[in-house]
Amino acid sequence: MTQNGQDRPVVLEARGITKRFPGVVANDNVSLKLLQGEVLALLGENGAGKSTLMNILYGLYGQDEGEIFVNGAPLRVSSPHESIQRGIGMVHQHFQLVPVMTVTENVILGNEVMRRGLLDRRQAGQRIREISQQYGLPVDPEALIADLDVGAQQRVEIIKALYRNADILILDEPTAVLTPQEADDLVRVMRTLTAQGKSLIFITHKLREVLEVADRIMVLRGGRVVGETTPAEATEASLASLMVGRTVLLRVDKEVARPGAPVLEVRNLQVRDDRQLMAVNDVSFEVHAGEILGIAGVQGNGQTELVQAVNGLRSAVAGSIRIAGQDVTLASSRTVSELGVAHIPEDRQRDGIIASYPLTDNGVLEYYYREPFARGIVRNEQEVTKHAQDLVTRFDVRTPGVHVAASSLSGGNQQKFIVAREFSHPLKLLIAAQPTRGIDVGSIEFIHNQIVHKRDEGVAVLVVSAELDEILALSDRIAVMYHGRIVAIVNNGDLSRAQLGLLMAGVSLKEAMVLQQ
Amino acid sequence: MAVEGRTPEPAQPAGFRAFWARYSPLFVPILAVITALIVGAVIIGITGGDWLAAYIGLWQGAFGSPRALANTVIRSTPYIICGLAVALAFKSGLFNIGAEGQLYAGAMCAVVIGTTLKLPPILHIPMGIVAGAVGGAAWAAIAGILKARTGAHEVINTIMLNYIALRLTDWLIRSRQPLLLGDPLDTSSSRTPFIAESMRLPNIRLGETTALHAGILMAIILVFLVAWFLNRTTIGFELRTSGTNPNAAKYAGISVPKTIVLAMVLSGSLAGLAGAGEVMGVRYAVSTDFISGVGFDAIAVALLARSNPIGILFSGLLWGALLTGARLMQVRAGISIDVIRIIQALIIMFIAADQIVRWMYRIPQRKPGEEVLISKGWGG
Repeated sequence: MTQNGQDRPVVLEARGITKRFPGVVANDNVSLKLLQGEVLALLGENGAGKSTLMNILYGLYGQDEGEIFVNGAPLRVSSPHESIQRGIGMVHQHFQLVPVMTVTENVILGNEVMRRGLLDRRQAGQRIREISQQYGLPVDPEALIADLDVGAQQRVEIIKALYRNADILILDEPTAVLTPQEADDLVRVMRTLTAQGKSLIFITHKLREVLEVADRIMVLRGGRVVGETTPAEATEASLASLMVGRTVLLRVDKEVARPGAPVLEVRNLQVRDDRQLMAVNDVSFEVHAGEILGIAGVQGNGQTELVQAVNGLRSAVAGSIRIAGQDVTLASSRTVSELGVAHIPEDRQRDGIIASYPLTDNGVLEYYYREPFARGIVRNEQEVTKHAQDLVTRFDVRTPGVHVAASSLSGGNQQKFIVAREFSHPLKLLIAAQPTRGIDVGSIEFIHNQIVHKRDEGVAVLVVSAELDEILALSDRIAVMYHGRIVAIVNNGDLSRAQLGLLMAGVSLKEAMVLQQ
Repeated sequence: MAVEGRTPEPAQPAGFRAFWARYSPLFVPILAVITALIVGAVIIGITGGDWLAAYIGLWQGAFGSPRALANTVIRSTPYIICGLAVALAFKSGLFNIGAEGQLYAGAMCAVVIGTTLKLPPILHIPMGIVAGAVGGAAWAAIAGILKARTGAHEVINTIMLNYIALRLTDWLIRSRQPLLLGDPLDTSSSRTPFIAESMRLPNIRLGETTALHAGILMAIILVFLVAWFLNRTTIGFELRTSGTNPNAAKYAGISVPKTIVLAMVLSGSLAGLAGAGEVMGVRYAVSTDFISGVGFDAIAVALLARSNPIGILFSGLLWGALLTGARLMQVRAGISIDVIRIIQALIIMFIAADQIVRWMYRIPQRKPGEEVLISKGWGG
């Protein structure tokens, strides 16, 4: 079979896939073809139906209508076991690894090599090394998963699929959890895989990556295929508008900041992490009313601990924190919040929302005890419901109602709801940690505009993000954090993107200036 | 049209199938009970018994006469109250296996108040109830504080506190030199003195029997009080939130260690009330063979009701009915009372492994967020 004038066989084909869930048509007559040795990028907003489609291909869900063919032969039984047998492998966004077991044990899990009734670890380890070398996936087969960083864990997931002889690999938002460097490594791995005849489906909403790595691009919106294109024909802007169905601004339009008095003053702060290592070391900065200070840095350089300390969630070892003139170095998180501090936590699933609670309860997570949501200790359900409805309306959160569990919303809508909640009270200081991580372009634009709007109302804003583009788009001033220290605070525009990148990588400000000239 | 959000509930296929798909998950506990009774009948049949006669006997023994009904209600009361204790802890993310020990602590405190003070009933009865609650709360607080301060797991500590409470009670009752809480007039030294008349719960007239005491009223009030507390108060919200997602609770400004202690104290006070109720309404003393096992069966009662307080009213009654009806069943069908224990065990197995029940009755699979049966019930 030849397609698109290329002499490549079709390895995977889906025809007219339709999948309905109560209340939504997740996939509506979706068809796709994957050619051997290509990267097919599947692009779409959260809730567009990408993950549903992939879960159908992988056999986790059965489709309501439509057919799937692997190498021309129909795939009948819907089970991951069947899909694996037919050479389909999947790397999930949330890794399916056992932290206390070694790489080898994780890879062979469910597919153990036996010799005389015993596990043959050596042979398995040998095969893992071979795969690792063949595809450029460096990993130590004897290492414990818990000791590996995120990038290495992802390589283990890919090896797991290859170990089961997968020829078709589905990568579900693989770069969402990676640092820029790790993402570059992954792109290299993807090229090696396709060069050796593997076929990849790459799910993402990062437009730049799509243009960089894909051979063909398919865009889903509202469960339907709305466009097919190639990187040569597309631009970031054209893809973004296909995804959301309108033209989006990738830059945030904002006026020049008019900073007022300092709201947050951090002086010589030292904070230890969970392992008692110094995570924040001698950090000092100020955030003024009406300005956005962006903290740039590769994740794990102390930003998490810094934000926790400011919010009263982690105690400082030394130094001081003042908010609106009041010393809050040792204050509880409730005291901090009652000063008019809102916090968008970096891990929304874990810290920002309670998945099993309805939106009504999630809407008052921090304010449940205050008027009008409660009088004394008695909750006022009417006010709580009204509040949730208000948040949903004002921030255009897509949900069938306010009494559904938060887990039934897409990531972008959950985040919009959290932002809506944090913005619904009088604010002096807004702390937004990774405010748009893993959410779709449309929601990113919306949240960015809301943050700028708060700034213009005179709120002091501290944005922490691992995405340099986000920092550049939002910040008035930029602080770069590296190994627990703030290595530079500059006005946005003083340094180029590349210079900031060097600072984030640990190069000193002086050197960064020289290197760029 | 697909993901265009805020539209109301979509048009569902009409009729019984749609109704079943939507509401059948709520019936899982009931279906588990029915299935257990069917399997129980099969077991009786295989061992050569007459299952129909046995179940008729069981029914009549539990509900067949005013006296039977009164006995069932009396028997159910401590299960209901103790079930509430376990459920409140579940909802707060804690597994209180120590209801048994807390029940004894509450009962002993009630006995002390009932045997030492001389008060009019209007004061004496509330004093006894408060003493029971305080005793249970204090005993549970030990495990709560250990967990909050040191992270020591409440399951281990409440089990150990059970042993301590049981042996301590035994010693307090049996010791003659020195004479502690034993009754000097009781030659077998196996119980405390009886409490004063003024602290005994008034009886409710039901047909000819007067055995039904006011404890059941206390249980019913507590059911609604706990339901209201958990779902309609800010403190209940704090407990549920800490139990469901301690991280998010911490980020929301809730002090998780405080809620752990509070949850254990409240849970323990309920268990203590169950003990006090038994002392003040049924036995008027604590004996060495008091009502052992109630605290453990209460876990089953709470599980069967999925920690829903209103549900516990029914699962507690079921528990009491099964145990009360068992005697007549034994007489009618000549079957050992132990069959009831088997049926109770089967009910819990079908609840714990609810996949079996769901498969048998074509009930849709659990959705995310619904999966933790123990600590997250219907109300979430």
